Formats: sequence, C-alpha cells, structure tokens
Amino acid sequence: MSWFRNPWGRPRWLGVVTVLYILWSVVPVVLAIVFAFNAGRSRTTWQGFSFRWFTGSTGSVLHDPALQGALKHTLLLAVICVAVSTPLGVSLALGLQRWRGRGSGSVNTLMLLPLVTPEIVMGVALLLLFLRVFPEIGLGTTAQVIGQVTFTLSYVVVIVRGRLTSIGPEYEEAAADLGAPPHDQLRRVLLPLLAPAIIAAAAISFAVSIDDFVVTQYLSSDASTTTVSMLLYATARGAPTPALNAIATVALVITLVTLSLAFLVYRRFAGGKEAAALAAMEM
Amino acid sequence: MHSRWTWRILALPGVAWLSIFFLVAFYAVVSVAFGNQDTLSQPVPFWNPLNWNVGYVIGVLRDLWHAGPFFIVFVRTIKFVAIAMALSIALGYPVAYFAARHAGRWKGIVLLMLIVPFWINYLMRMLAWINLLAPDGLGTRVMHDVGIERLFLSAGLLAQRGGWLDGQPTTVILALVYGYIPFLILPLFAALDRIDQRQIEAARDLGASPLSAFLRVTLPLSVPGILAGTVLVALPMFGDYYTADLVSASTQTNMVGNQIDEFMRQGSEKVTGAVLTLLLALLLLVLMFYYLRSTRRAGAEASAA
Repeated sequence: MSWFRNPWGRPRWLGVVTVLYILWSVVPVVLAIVFAFNAGRSRTTWQGFSFRWFTGSTGSVLHDPALQGALKHTLLLAVICVAVSTPLGVSLALGLQRWRGRGSGSVNTLMLLPLVTPEIVMGVALLLLFLRVFPEIGLGTTAQVIGQVTFTLSYVVVIVRGRLTSIGPEYEEAAADLGAPPHDQLRRVLLPLLAPAIIAAAAISFAVSIDDFVVTQYLSSDASTTTVSMLLYATARGAPTPALNAIATVALVITLVTLSLAFLVYRRFAGGKEAAALAAMEM
Repeated sequence: MHSRWTWRILALPGVAWLSIFFLVAFYAVVSVAFGNQDTLSQPVPFWNPLNWNVGYVIGVLRDLWHAGPFFIVFVRTIKFVAIAMALSIALGYPVAYFAARHAGRWKGIVLLMLIVPFWINYLMRMLAWINLLAPDGLGTRVMHDVGIERLFLSAGLLAQRGGWLDGQPTTVILALVYGYIPFLILPLFAALDRIDQRQIEAARDLGASPLSAFLRVTLPLSVPGILAGTVLVALPMFGDYYTADLVSASTQTNMVGNQIDEFMRQGSEKVTGAVLTLLLALLLLVLMFYYLRSTRRAGAEASAA
C-alpha cells in the first residue's frame, strides 16, 4: 500500500490507467470479432460457436450477394489503387528528393496537404470535380480509385523519401562516378535499394484503401460500388446479423496480414528502428 | 544539367495528379460556393472570380451572425470537439507518459497495443460500440449493473435507462474520444520518449520534488507533442459526420460534418453545402499549416542532429 502513503512516489496508478486504456481500446473490437462466430442471430447474447456467418448457405459473407459484392469491390479498389499510387508516388518521391530550389517547397507542401485535409473536405471537392468538371468520368469505380490514389500517394512519397534520406546520395554518386547515366543509376542502384520501402508503401496503400470510408462513399454511384466500410456505415444501426461482424473481421484480417508482411519485409531489409517508425505510419 | 531535368520529369506525373485532383478539385468547391444552382437544383460553378455570386456565402454568413441554425451547429461542433480533446489529453497523457517512461521491459508490447487501433477500420471500432451500447447490449448491461449508468443518469449526461444510442451528446463525445485518441497518444509518446532522462535527473539532484521536476521539466518539454497530437485529433474530429450518425442518429447532435453531408450527398442544397465546406476548410487551414510547419521543423532538427 505504498502508493497510498505516497501517491506520487511510484507511478503505479499510471500503469493501472494504461492497462485500463488498452483494455478499453481493444476489448470492444475483440468482442465484435467473437460475435462474428455466434451460432445465433444475436450480436449480444452468445449462442454457441459457428462459421455460419462466414460460409453458411444463406446470409453469410460467402453467399450473400450484398456482402460478397462489397468485399469484392473493396479488394478491387485496393488493388487498382496500389497499382496506380505506388509507381506515381515512387517517382514523385525520387523527383522531390533530388529536386532542389524553385518550386520544390510548394510541391512538398502540396504533397503533404492530402494527409492533413479533413476527409469530408476532400470528399466534397472530388464529388464536385467529378460532377461538374469531369462529368464523362462521373461517379463510380474510376472516381473512387482516383480519390483514393490522391491521398495514398502521399503515404507512398513519405515512406519512400524516408528510405531515400537514410540511404544517402553516396551510392548513386558512386554509380555516376563510374559512368552510369541517370536512368542506370535509377534502375540498377536506387530502385533495388528502395525495394523494401516500395513494398511497404504498397502494403500501407492497400490497407489505407481498404479502410477508407469518406472519399470512397462520396464518389460511389450505386449499390455496385459499395465497399465494406460503406456497408458497415449503412447497416450498423439497422437490424444487422453477425454477418456484418463477420465481413468486418474478414477485412480486418486482410489488413493485418498485409501490414504485418510489410513490417517484416521492411525490418528484414532496413533495420528495426525504421520499421518501428513505419508501423506508426498507418494513420 | 541533364540529370537535374531527369528528377523534375520524375516528379511531373505526381505533381500533375495532385494539381488536378487536389487543387482544381478544391477550386471546384470555391466555384460552387460562389456559384448558383440550376432549375434541377444542381450546382453551377462560376469559375471566373469576376463573375462570382456572393449570394449563398452572404446567406450563410448572415445565418452565423444572427445565431441561426448553422451557428448552432458550428458552436455545437466546437463544443463537442473541445470536450473530446480535453478528455483525450486527460486520458492520453498518463498513458503516453507511462509507455515512454515506466513501461520498462513491457515497452514494446505497450507500444504495439497503442498502435493496434490504427490498424482496425474506424467503422468496425464504431460497430463494436454499437453492439455493446444497444439497449440489450453487453456494455449497457454491465454499466447498469456496476452503477455507471445511474451515475450518468443522475449527472444528467444520459436521458434514460439504456438510451445510450438515442441521440446523446455524451455518447457522441465519448465515441469521438474512442475514435481519435490514438492519434494523440502516439505523437505524445514520441515527444516524451525523446526527453533526455538526464535533464530530469539534474532537476532531482538540484532538489526538485518529483512533482515539480515533472511540472517544470517534463511538462514544458512535452508541449510540442501535446500540440501536434491535439492538431492531429482536431482535424479529423472537425470533419467527422459518421461518428455522430452511427452512435446518435439524431439531428440534436448534428455537427458541421453532418450538415455538409446532408446537403452534399443526400439533399439538393449542394451550393450551401459547398459554402459550409469552404468555411470549415478555412477554419482548419490554420491548424493544417501549423502542423505541417512543426513537422518540417522537427524533420530539419532530426536531420541536423
């Protein structure tokens, strides 16, 4: 009971607060996952263990058209988003890193802005853009991909630039001294060194795309462009079954596996400290 | 000369992308806000500033000036965000402090647990609470049994038994805290972790009590972390509409985001929606640039060290 006599002596209460906070932040989600495996329709009363909401013949993630469609569309958007934002971001990162002087400061700010702009502002802006400036594109899958790329791009640039800074200019200078033209410096020296960062950036874009809600919702056209996040938003307050918990769990597992792989790849090639910084990036 | 152009050409596609889909898109909001609507109540942007129609902007400003409905929504938003932020700091600071200074051999696992919420879909985290706070939900039952519900009822923070999801400002504020507190704790942790232990030891050697060493050394040194974390939490909170929608679903808890969402996505008042979006963006622009400047400075210091 030493903390009672001298509460400021040893910060036991700090440990208690921290443990309570962690429980508070994690237990609700764990319970939501547990109820995805409920045998009954309730999301509050346990009725036995079952996979029916994942693979059952009716109303499950595997067989319900709405759930299956949302999962497919989410993955489709994520794959295209990564395929576009990774090359675009890597080339912007390389350009920004070596481009000194006029214009580089403003481009750098422009690149960071999507990360700090509240999503509803971006959602409204892109909605009006596709309604009024590019009506031939309109709303739907293409608009959703473009919207997601516009902010995943910044994640790619930040990660790849971090790696570029830690590599330093020595390797390409050496290559240049040995007579390599710029495109050879890039292809044979820089890109191999950047590979772990590029893989990590792609994985984080993938996860950010899967979890995105606002921009994806604003740019969706109809039921065929509904994603998992949109489905959660639309049906959480209705009369949902544990199938909703099940589809959220599937999306969560996909995100976690992707991010863990990225983390491991990055740690393997770029060291623990940088990898820890990377783990905190996805926010 | 040749190689300098190589780098600029590499940056070109990304710059073009951001110019069109960020800058032009944002200008579309401005043009619609200063535009008009056609007979089908679709927005008609006025691209040329010389032709701008200030009617809708004036309308919203007049509403704010005369404490109209938009004013009430803005004030409510600021109130919700301010309370949620104060609660986040009150809870987040001890957690970040413990993780940075006293977690010892548990530091790695504590840090991992602080990062985990980032990896979980925000809407899934809200879904989890909707399950818990339903009238027959596990959370509602537990809070009833241990007396928390009665405490909230008697404090006037809850309107009726089991009514956590019936348009309660309390629930919206707590949900905002739950949703965004990880964004505060992590930069705070980073700031506290960077503090040189020897500075605190020096204060203690010179006779400072643990409390005054904290108040006069640790706390001032962690102010940049508090500010960075506060901005990172404030930005998404101000633009939020889905949290209030999900845990309250009542116009009584509408925030600016809800108002914009109603106008833009559901209703046919896109011009007024664009004006509100523009106002929100202007309000937050100060915070955004403060954050970008402080991270740039931190980056410069880190690379100089």
